[in-house]
Amino acid sequence: MPNMRGDAMRGLAVFISDIRNCKSREAELRRINKELTNIRQRFRADKTLDGYQKKKYVCKLLFIFLLGHDIDFGYMEAVNLLSSNKYTEKQIGYLFISVIMNSSSDMKQLIIQNIRNDIQSRNPIFINLALQCVANIGDREMATAFTNDIPRLLVSGDTIDPVKQSAALCLLKLHRTSPESLQLNTEWTARIIHLLNDQHLGVATAAVSLIDALVKRSPDEYKGCVNLAVSRLSRIVTSSYTDFQDYTYYFVPAPWLCVKLLRLLENYPPPEDPSIRSRLNECLDTILNKAQEPLKSKKVQHSNARNAVLFEAINLIIHMDCESSLLVRACNQLGQFLQNRETNLRYLALESMCLLAASEFSHEAVKKHQETVINALKSERDVSVRQRAVDLLYAMCDRSNAEDIVQEMLTYLETADYTIREEMVLKIAILSEKYAVDYKWYLDIMLKLIRIAGDFVSEEVWYRVIQVVVNRADVQSYAAKIAFEALQAPACHENMIKVAGYILGEYGNLIALDPRSTPMIQFELLHTKYHLCSPTTRSLILSTYMKFINLFPEIKLHIQEILRHDSNYRSSDVEIQQRATEYLRLSEICSPTVLATVLEIMPPYPEKQSPLLVRLKQKKPLMEADTSGELSTAPISQSDDGPKLTDTAMHLHQQQQQNGLLVSLDTTESNGHYETSASSSLPSSFSSSSTALQTNKKFLFKNSDIIFENDILQIGIKGEPKKSVLHVEFYYGNKTNFNLTNLSASISLADELDPELRIHMEPVQTTIDPRAQIKQMGTIECLKDYRDLPKMSLSFFYSNVPQKIDFLLPVYLNKFIEKAEMDSNNYFLRWRNLDKPDQECQKIFAAKFPMSHDACGQKLEGFGWSNLHNIDVNADNFCGAGIFHTSAQQVGCLYRLEPNKQAKMYRLTIRASKAGVASHLAELLEDQF
Amino acid sequence: MIRFILIQNRAGKTRLAKWFMNFHDDEKQKLIEEVHALVTVRDAKHTNFVEFRNFKIVYRRYAGLYFCICVDVNDNNLAYLEAIHNFVEVLNEFFHNVCELDLVFNFYKVYSVVDEMFLAGEIRETSQIKVLKQLTTLTSLE
Repeated sequence: MPNMRGDAMRGLAVFISDIRNCKSREAELRRINKELTNIRQRFRADKTLDGYQKKKYVCKLLFIFLLGHDIDFGYMEAVNLLSSNKYTEKQIGYLFISVIMNSSSDMKQLIIQNIRNDIQSRNPIFINLALQCVANIGDREMATAFTNDIPRLLVSGDTIDPVKQSAALCLLKLHRTSPESLQLNTEWTARIIHLLNDQHLGVATAAVSLIDALVKRSPDEYKGCVNLAVSRLSRIVTSSYTDFQDYTYYFVPAPWLCVKLLRLLENYPPPEDPSIRSRLNECLDTILNKAQEPLKSKKVQHSNARNAVLFEAINLIIHMDCESSLLVRACNQLGQFLQNRETNLRYLALESMCLLAASEFSHEAVKKHQETVINALKSERDVSVRQRAVDLLYAMCDRSNAEDIVQEMLTYLETADYTIREEMVLKIAILSEKYAVDYKWYLDIMLKLIRIAGDFVSEEVWYRVIQVVVNRADVQSYAAKIAFEALQAPACHENMIKVAGYILGEYGNLIALDPRSTPMIQFELLHTKYHLCSPTTRSLILSTYMKFINLFPEIKLHIQEILRHDSNYRSSDVEIQQRATEYLRLSEICSPTVLATVLEIMPPYPEKQSPLLVRLKQKKPLMEADTSGELSTAPISQSDDGPKLTDTAMHLHQQQQQNGLLVSLDTTESNGHYETSASSSLPSSFSSSSTALQTNKKFLFKNSDIIFENDILQIGIKGEPKKSVLHVEFYYGNKTNFNLTNLSASISLADELDPELRIHMEPVQTTIDPRAQIKQMGTIECLKDYRDLPKMSLSFFYSNVPQKIDFLLPVYLNKFIEKAEMDSNNYFLRWRNLDKPDQECQKIFAAKFPMSHDACGQKLEGFGWSNLHNIDVNADNFCGAGIFHTSAQQVGCLYRLEPNKQAKMYRLTIRASKAGVASHLAELLEDQF
Repeated sequence: MIRFILIQNRAGKTRLAKWFMNFHDDEKQKLIEEVHALVTVRDAKHTNFVEFRNFKIVYRRYAGLYFCICVDVNDNNLAYLEAIHNFVEVLNEFFHNVCELDLVFNFYKVYSVVDEMFLAGEIRETSQIKVLKQLTTLTSLE
């Protein structure tokens, strides 16, 4: 243990020992409470507490907090420690506030002042502590407070190296938290880029990360870094490991810096300057060569460090995608790794090869390894490696090897891990359709797929089978034949029954002349399955029967008898009952010609992108979290009986995807709404800086939105306003493969005694089937203007575990605004009439999104009021009007939004006839542009 | 970018939790439990990488302790795997044959070590010599 002189804090060690000796949770709690009482007394009574004691007690509090207990005092003492001139006291103070303090702390200004003092001090150790604290907390206030100090530290000639390292990363953190408040002087660009050349490799290592982020923001401004990065890289990879004493790690010179530099270069296309380009190619060549040299050490650290650089170099080669010799060399190298003893290397090689397979230069080279990859599928012990093998087979598949690969994947599917079956099913379905030369082969594969993995066949998959059959007249009789055969199996998966039922209903006549499959046999065979099926499937089969009446009038009486049967005609399932009744009536009253028209075969589907690809991509976004605001979960599919591919869930879903509505946890600072409204959510999206057009108030600008989502449940809302009443529909989607039961949903008001809203919800179904969704309708009536949102509470059982979800229902005031049209005279007349101070509210705020005129207009219209043209003399400005309806009164609202593109700011002015409404609306809109 | 660093023992006790994103306290607890459940079931023949929500965990086991780093999916696995080892070697040197108890009793120093080597979710300093020199300087201060 290091020498610990004055800071040993014996009392802390004793306390920690005591806690460790506690035999039970209760004993631990008692000991902690005793300590808390003691500390509280000390803090309260002893005005003369010295720095050491304060430090010790604050440190104990920290320890208690880290054990998982709440700490509600000691903050002031911790902040006091910041102004101590002893390092150990300062360190504990900074540690405490970095770990415990949340951003809303009212001591924020005091803390910022202390940090500023330290940053401006001459003591590099204190500066470093302060910078580390800023990097750890790094919220919006800090970004604003230090927007000048920290960049200056970074580029100043006087700053010592360790401080530069911290300053660089501190700046990176502030850039991530609050890019708009961090305005870097362009004069500094060159100096920041030149940090890549810094003599101190640690400074360069830290700086690359910052530069990488700045490059992503303004690639042109930082283009100069390419040249410097290439030359720095070149100097490292061509040198011997002995040249970088401090930075050599197991005989590899500066591996982390190399990796970061290579990644930096992945931001740009291949360098245009031929000399830089050839230098870069030499570097990559050298790295590939080194991979072939004998290892300098048997330690895995040596080969890992070397291969870390190698894999990153291969990534860059793939990214540039222009040097075929490098691509092929990379592929050969990865091919060697496929046979390596190290599981890690086999895994990474499979992963990288997936990318290589997409390049035309290396696609053929990758295909040479098909057999090895198939072997990996069969023999790897780690499911994640097998998963990579599946991905690679999918990526390397083309017309020449599709039959083999699909066959191998099908074989593997029977024993595959449950976790990857659904994705495999999708992949097989896509490949067999994409590369089908003969659609009979495709159908064989698909039916086999349903047979061996029926549970994992999502709706999109079997819908697609039907679409293909409907669209290809040449396979329809074959489809009817094999569907009929498939039904003859004693145990038949329900998905198979759906497909077969649908196909026979359309094309059963094509095989009816065969004595083995006469109309009556088809009907009876299908009917043996009928009672085993779920209501949705039975509804589908009823439609098939109806179609049979048209195709085979000779069995009409049998079918009518089924329809008339109590289990259908009086079924407790509404859908079945309705179909049975309607179909029966239809068959009784319609002439054969009318029936033939009504029950005509389905017309071909319009050809568009296969929904399977959409589905696969929807599964994928998890992999691209950092670059896009895409959805990160599989969609919820409806439980319906036909290949209708749009429904509300999907519709909502797609909308969400387009608008990139995901709220990222990274920005909780700016995003209080997320915290309060969905604190119980598993963030299926804890992704970071998404630049997509997004807003953090859900349902604000749209009439339908996803208002809650976690791994289990997705809740969508649709609203249709009618004056003071909003008709709402909630969609609860079950994302799991299990039933959700005992569902109950309720909405409570912020103030029950004096309600501002009158809410009426229809009862909701208590069970949601796997991957299905249910709907609940209701109305929300606005009685008077309100600020606090109602709370939605949901409880249900998932795998017998009770779950509870509470969140604020984002039904904002604007939902009750009806747009109003008027001409310029009228607008200004009304504007002038609303001139009392509490009728107006003005906000000036910075633009959060790219300042697009159209996007602003869309948002304003989505907000509910009008977007009037030709009112303001300045065409860039927006004006409009609306009427806010409550059941008791109508409130006129006018607004004017003035963008200032130079300053990247907006000024929003709202006037409303009722006091308080204008300011509330302004608060809703502030920060949304 | 590193999202968080966790050191846990086999029983699931957390010995270090360093967060580089703003999570709610409940969420942190959930993440800790999920990571523990995820890595402790894997055996030595498995890879040191495992997908985790929309990120991945790069981890390595040292005696009874799991060192886990959560990073973005497209981050360099091996670079972070060795960043763990580099960190462990520094701890080992700093605490002279580090053991689990050192991390418990000196938890506040472990944070200092982390801040020297990782900052804002990025690798700050990789030279063991430089880090240890700095830590020795700090230890000698009052």
